[in-house]
Amino acid sequence: MRKFPKCLNRTAVPDLPVPCKQARVTASFSASQQAELLPGLFGEAGPLGQAAWSAPTVRSGWIQGLRSLAQHPSALPFLADCGTLDTIFSLQGDSSLFVASAAGQLLVHILGLSLQGPAEGPPSPQACDWPVCAQKIVGHIEGSLRSMATPQVTQALNVLTTTFGHCHGPWMQVLWERLSPLVACLLQEDPLPAAHSLVDLLLSVARSPVLSSSDCGLWETLAQTLRRLSPAQAGPLALGILKLQDCPQALRAQAFGVLLQPLACVLTAADQAPGPPGLPEGTTGDSVTVDTLLSSKSACAGLLCQTLAHLELLQPLPQRPSPWPQAPLLGAAVTILRFCNGSAAPASDVGGRLCAILAGCVRVQRAALDFLGALAQETGPQELVTQVSAVLLEYLRSPDSSPTVLKKAFQATLRWLLSSPRAPGCCDLDPDTQLFLRELLPVLRKRLCSPCWEVRDSGLEFLTQVTRHWGGQAGFRHALLASEVPELAEQLLRDPESYVRASAVTAVGQLSSQGLHATAASPEQLGGQKESLLAELLHVLSTDSEGFPRRAAMQVFTEWLRDRHADVAEDTERFVARVLQAASRDLDWEVRAQGLELALVFLAQTLGQPSARCPYAVAAPQATPPGPLAQALRALSRVRLFEFAFRALFDCDRPVAQKSCDLLLFLRAQATPSGGLQEAEGSPDVVPVEAALQRWRAGEQGEPLGDLEPEAVLAVLRSLDLEGLRGALAESSDHVEKSPQSLLQDMLATVGVRGENQADCY
Amino acid sequence: MKLYCLSGHPTLPCNVLKFKSTTIMLDCGLDMTSTLNFLPLPLVQSPRLSNLPGWSLKDGNAFLDKTELIDLSTVDVILISNYHCMMALPYITEHTGFTGTVYATEPTVQIGRLLMEELVNFIERVPKAQSASLWKNKDIQRLLPSPLKDAVEVSTWRRCYTMQEVNSALSKIQLVGYSQKIELFGAVQVTPLSSGYALGSSNWIIQSHYEKVSYVSGSSLLTTHPQPMDQASLKNSDVLVLTGLTQIPTANPDGMVGEFCSNLALTVRNGGNVLVPCYPSGVIYDLLECLYQYIDSAGLSNIPFYFISPVANSSLEFSQIFAEWLCHNKQTKVYLPEPPFPHAELIQTNKLRHYPSIHGDFSNDFRQPCVVFTGHPSLRFGDVVHFMELWGKSSLNTVIFTEPDFSYLEALAPYQPLAMKCIYCPIDTRLNFIQVSKLLKEVQPLHVVCPEQYTQPPPAQSHRMDLMIDCQPPAMSYRRAEVLALPFKRLFEKIEIMPELADSLVPMEIKPGISLATVSAVLHTKDNKHVLQPPPRPAPPTSGKKRKRASEDIPDCKVLKPLLSGSIPVEQFVQTLEKHGFSDVKVEDTAKGHIVLLQEAETLIQIEEDSTHIICDNDEMLRVRLRDLVLKFLQKF
Repeated sequence: MRKFPKCLNRTAVPDLPVPCKQARVTASFSASQQAELLPGLFGEAGPLGQAAWSAPTVRSGWIQGLRSLAQHPSALPFLADCGTLDTIFSLQGDSSLFVASAAGQLLVHILGLSLQGPAEGPPSPQACDWPVCAQKIVGHIEGSLRSMATPQVTQALNVLTTTFGHCHGPWMQVLWERLSPLVACLLQEDPLPAAHSLVDLLLSVARSPVLSSSDCGLWETLAQTLRRLSPAQAGPLALGILKLQDCPQALRAQAFGVLLQPLACVLTAADQAPGPPGLPEGTTGDSVTVDTLLSSKSACAGLLCQTLAHLELLQPLPQRPSPWPQAPLLGAAVTILRFCNGSAAPASDVGGRLCAILAGCVRVQRAALDFLGALAQETGPQELVTQVSAVLLEYLRSPDSSPTVLKKAFQATLRWLLSSPRAPGCCDLDPDTQLFLRELLPVLRKRLCSPCWEVRDSGLEFLTQVTRHWGGQAGFRHALLASEVPELAEQLLRDPESYVRASAVTAVGQLSSQGLHATAASPEQLGGQKESLLAELLHVLSTDSEGFPRRAAMQVFTEWLRDRHADVAEDTERFVARVLQAASRDLDWEVRAQGLELALVFLAQTLGQPSARCPYAVAAPQATPPGPLAQALRALSRVRLFEFAFRALFDCDRPVAQKSCDLLLFLRAQATPSGGLQEAEGSPDVVPVEAALQRWRAGEQGEPLGDLEPEAVLAVLRSLDLEGLRGALAESSDHVEKSPQSLLQDMLATVGVRGENQADCY
Repeated sequence: MKLYCLSGHPTLPCNVLKFKSTTIMLDCGLDMTSTLNFLPLPLVQSPRLSNLPGWSLKDGNAFLDKTELIDLSTVDVILISNYHCMMALPYITEHTGFTGTVYATEPTVQIGRLLMEELVNFIERVPKAQSASLWKNKDIQRLLPSPLKDAVEVSTWRRCYTMQEVNSALSKIQLVGYSQKIELFGAVQVTPLSSGYALGSSNWIIQSHYEKVSYVSGSSLLTTHPQPMDQASLKNSDVLVLTGLTQIPTANPDGMVGEFCSNLALTVRNGGNVLVPCYPSGVIYDLLECLYQYIDSAGLSNIPFYFISPVANSSLEFSQIFAEWLCHNKQTKVYLPEPPFPHAELIQTNKLRHYPSIHGDFSNDFRQPCVVFTGHPSLRFGDVVHFMELWGKSSLNTVIFTEPDFSYLEALAPYQPLAMKCIYCPIDTRLNFIQVSKLLKEVQPLHVVCPEQYTQPPPAQSHRMDLMIDCQPPAMSYRRAEVLALPFKRLFEKIEIMPELADSLVPMEIKPGISLATVSAVLHTKDNKHVLQPPPRPAPPTSGKKRKRASEDIPDCKVLKPLLSGSIPVEQFVQTLEKHGFSDVKVEDTAKGHIVLLQEAETLIQIEEDSTHIICDNDEMLRVRLRDLVLKFLQKF
C-alpha cells in the first residue's frame, strides 16, 4: 500500500535526488571519492547541463547533498577545485526562493568550516593565507558589495548576516575588519541598496559576542546608519539596538529617539505645542518623518503601525530604556486612535492632514489598540487613564468599528480593566472601575446582539476573560447580574455560527463556575435550571454538527470536574460516564483528546495523590482521600474509563494515542505500587480484553467491552509495552521518510520503475 | 454651455443644462425638510396636538423649492436619475407650461409612482378643516416663532399635488433602458447608465460628437440589491456634474445595519416595540434581507414584523419582478426560479405582514412586542404619527431612524417629552468621499462641477478635511439660484459629406501626411445635422425660359470661383496703381490693415488681413480693373 505513492512521487520528480540523498545519508565521503562519484555529481560535469536541473527540487536536492558532503573538512579542496562554488554563487539568485536561501546557507556553512578548521589561532588578515574556499567566498562577497547592484548586495549581506549570526570563531573579527569598509561604503550610496539586509547584518554583527565586546568602529557605524536610513527603515535597526545587552548609552538614546519620532510628530500635530512634553530630550518630530507621514496613506499607516509594534515589543523587556515615557506614549496612542475615528480636532495644518489620512484606517486602529493594551502593564497619570477609558468606550460603542478593531478594543479594555488598581483596604473594585463597568456592560450587551458573528464572538471571549478574573468581585458580580449579559450569553449557545456557539459554551461554563450563570440568580428555579445547563452542554457535546462547540464543551466539563463544580459533584461518576461516552463517539480528535484530559483528572481524583511526575499533582485536593485501590478501580470501570483509554490507545490520530499512553502509564504507576492485587485474586481472565485490543489495533470498531474486571485491566496494562509505544508515538511523522531504510526503498522503487512499466501502479 | 442650479439640496438636485441648443433638466427633487416646521397630521384626532395653544393649524405640506431663474416651459427634456429625485415632477409638468419629454427607467417610474401615491394618500386622508396662508405675508411671518420666522421664501411653499396631477405628470415619461442611446433633436445624445444606488437608478451621459457631459447623481459602489454602478462609461468626460453623495459621510452603512439589528433585538427581548420610520422602497429591502438572516440567530423568530403603507403590497411585489435591474446574485436566483428578495419567504412564513394602513386587518392581527416599518420618515404625516403617539410614553419602546433625509431631533420635536428610546442609524449607501476620490481618479474628467457643500468639510466637523471633494483641477461649485458657465468651449462641429461630393475631391499633399482639397458645396442644416451636398450644376448654356426659371430657384452659385491666398504688399500695390495711371494715391494705416484712397476716382480700397473691399461709386469698369490689379498679387487655388 505504502509503496505506490512513493513510486508515483519518484516518477514525478527526476531521479537525481536519490544519489544526492545518498551522499547525505551514507556519509561515507572517502568511499564516494574513491569511486569517482563526486565529480560526476557535484563537479562541473555534474547535473548542471541535464534537463533535470530545471526542476527546483533537483537543485534543492543538489544543495542538500553538498551540505552533507561539506561535513567533511577534506571535502573543501574538492569544492574549491571543481567549480562547485561558482555554481553555488549563481544559485544564490535562483528563481526558487528555497534554492536561493539554501545556497546562501551552504556558503555560510562552507565559509565557517574552512575558516574554523586548520589554523589554531585567528587567521591572518592577509587573504593569501586563508584557505582557498574561504578566499573564493570572501572574494565573491567583496565583489558583490562593490557592485552596488541591489540583488548582489542583498545576497552578500544575507550570507554575512547568517555568518555572523551562527559562527563564533575568532576569525569573525578578522572577517569583519576586512569587510566593514565596504559596508561603510554602501552607506554613502544614494539610494541605499538593500537597506533591510544592511540593517539585519549590522544587528547580527552587533549581537555577535566576538565583535560586540571589542570596539571595532561598530557603534559608530550603527549611529551613522541610524542617521542615514529613512524613518521606516531605521525603525527595525533602532529596535534591534535597544534590545542589545551592552551598547553605549548615547547610541541607545539615539535609537530610542528614532523609534519615538513618528509618535512625537503625532503629538506635536495634535497639540500644536512646540514639543511634546515628557518625551526624552531631542525627540521632536523632524521634517523627514513628518513628510513620510503625510506622503501617502499607505506610508503613514505603515510607519505608524511599525512604530507601535516596535514599542509594544520593547515595552516588556528588562533592557527597555529607562525612564520609560509611559505618559507621552499613552497620550500618543490615544491621539492616534482619536485621529483614526475622527474625534480629534487638531488645530494645526499637519494635524488636519494627518486626520484626513488616518480617518477610518483599520490597520492603524488595530496596531494602536494593541499598543494601548500593552501599556496597561503600568499605569499613568489619572487624567490620561480617564482618556484611555473614554477612547476605549468610544471604540467599543462606535457602529463604525470594524469587527477586527472591536476585537482589539475588547482585548485592550480587558488588559486595562485587569490592571486597574483595587480600592485600598478592600478587595473590591475601585469606584472608577465600577463606573467604567456600568458603562461597558450595556455596550457588551449590544455587541452580543450584533448581526456580525465576529463581534458576538469577541464579546463572548471578553466576557469569559473578565469573569475568570473578576468572578469573585462583588462589584463585578452585582453589575453583571443586573445587566442582561448572562442571559444573552446563554442564548448564544444556539447561535447559527459554530465559533460563536463555542465561545458561548466557554463563557457560560465560566459564568456557571463562578455562580453567575443567568438562571442561578433566581433561587426558585435553582435546582431545575442548574441541571438544565449541564444537560444543555451535554446536548451540545453529543449533537452539535461542528467541532468547535464540542471541544469547548469538553473543556468546560474538564474545568468543572477539576474545580468540583456543584453540578458535577452531585453525581461525579454519572457525569464522567456520560461525558466519556459522548467523547468516545466523537469524530473530532481534539474532542477525544480532551476526553482523555478529563479522564486523567478523574483518575487523579479517584486514585488520590499522584506521583510527582503527574502534572495534576497540585490540582488534586486533600479533601477527597483516596479509597482503597480496588474500590477506586471499580469506579473507573463503572464510568468505562478503561475502555475509553484502551480504545484511544490505537486511535488513528497520534496526539490521542499519545495522551492515552500517558494516561495508562500513570494508571499503571498508581496501581502497581500497592502490588499484590493480582496475586491475591489469582490470574484474571484477560482474554476478552486482549481480543478487543487486537480488534481495535486492526482498526475495527468492535463491540463495547462492558464492565471490566480491574484485575484483568491491570494484567493487560502490565503486559503492554507502553513505554515502547510512547517512544514510537513521540517520533515525528517524517522520521520514517528520513531513515536510511526509506532511502533504500526509494532506490529500489526507482530501479523497479525503470525496469518495469510503471503504469501498473494504478 | 450653462448650468442653472435650482436646488440648494445636494441630494435632491434640480439643475438645468443648456447644451447645444437643447435645454435639459437634470432631476427634480423635492426638498421636504420644510414640513418639519409643521405639526404632525394625526390619523386619529390627538387631544394633545389639537389643544396646543396658538398657531395650531397650518395649510399645505409639500413645497417646491424653485426660483424664477429660468422659464421652465423652455425645458426640452427632463432626465430622472432615481425615484427620490422625481418627487417634484408634477409641479413642473403641470404648472409651468412644460411641453417636453421626461426620460426615466421603468423601476424609477413605478417606484416613484408608489412614493407619490403614498405621499398624496398620507396628506389627503386627513383633510384640513381650515387653511391658513396669511402668515406667509412677510410682516406676519416676522412675528412667528423661530425657526419659522427665519424660513426663506415661504411664498414658494406649495400644497401637495393630487393624484390626478401625478398621473398626468407620469404620462409624460418615456421609459428607457440602461445604455440606450436617445437622440435629442439630433443635437445631443443622452444615455442612462446604472448607478448602483436603487432599483433602476441611473447616471446620465449627455454627449455630442465632440463634447461629453456626465451627470452623476445618487450612485453607490456597495453591494446591495441594484445592478452595480457602471463606471467605465463615465470616462473621458469634459465635465462631470456630481451630486447625490451620502448625507452621512461619517457613518458606514454596514456599521449602521449592525447597530440597527442590535438595538432592535435588545428592545424586543425586553418586551418593547420597535418603530422604523421609512420610505416604502429602497433601503427597506436591504433591511428586511438583513433581518431575514439575523432574526434566527437573535432568537426573534416569533416577533411579528409589520410593514404599513398604502403601497406596501405593490412595493414588495414590484421589487421581485424587476429582475433585470437587480445585482447579478439576485438575477441568477430568478432563473432557479426563486424570488430574488428573501422577504417573499418572510411573508410566506407570516413573519412579515403588510397592510395598507392601521385600519382594518391590521387592528385585528396586531400583536406586541413587534417591529413596525411605516412612513413618513419626517414623522409629520402617515401612520408613523399614530405609532409615535401610541408608543412614545413607554421607555421599553424604541424608534430607530434609518432614513437620513430629516434631522431626527427636529422630527421628534413635536412629540417631546418622549419616554421611548431613540436610535439614529442613518443608512445611506450613496458614495462617500473616499469612493468619490477613487471614482474621479478612475474616470478622470476634465472638470468636476458639484454643489458647494461638497467643496468644504461639513460645518459641524470643520477639521475633517477628508470629508470634501479633493480633485485636480479643483471642483467648480454651485449654489442654489446660480448660473454656472461650464468651462469649455465648443470648437468643432461634425459635418457629413455626401459620397458623390467626397468622390469628386482631389486632395493635394501640402506637407507629408496632410492633404488639402477645396470643397465647394452647399451646407444643408436640418435637425441639428449638417450635410455638405454637391453644388447644383451650372445651368446648361442652351437653356429655354422654363429651365432658366428652374435654375433661378437654386441659391446663388454660378461659376466655381478659385480660392485666393497670399497678402498684398501695400507699397508695391501703390506702385502698380501708379503704373496703371492712377495718380494721387494716398495710403492710410488702420487697425486692421490699410486703406488706399484714389482721390481722383473717388474710390477707396480697403485691404485687411482676410478681406479686400473696393468701394467705388457705381463704376463697374473701374471696379473690375482694380480687382484684376489686386488679384495679380494673390495666388489662385
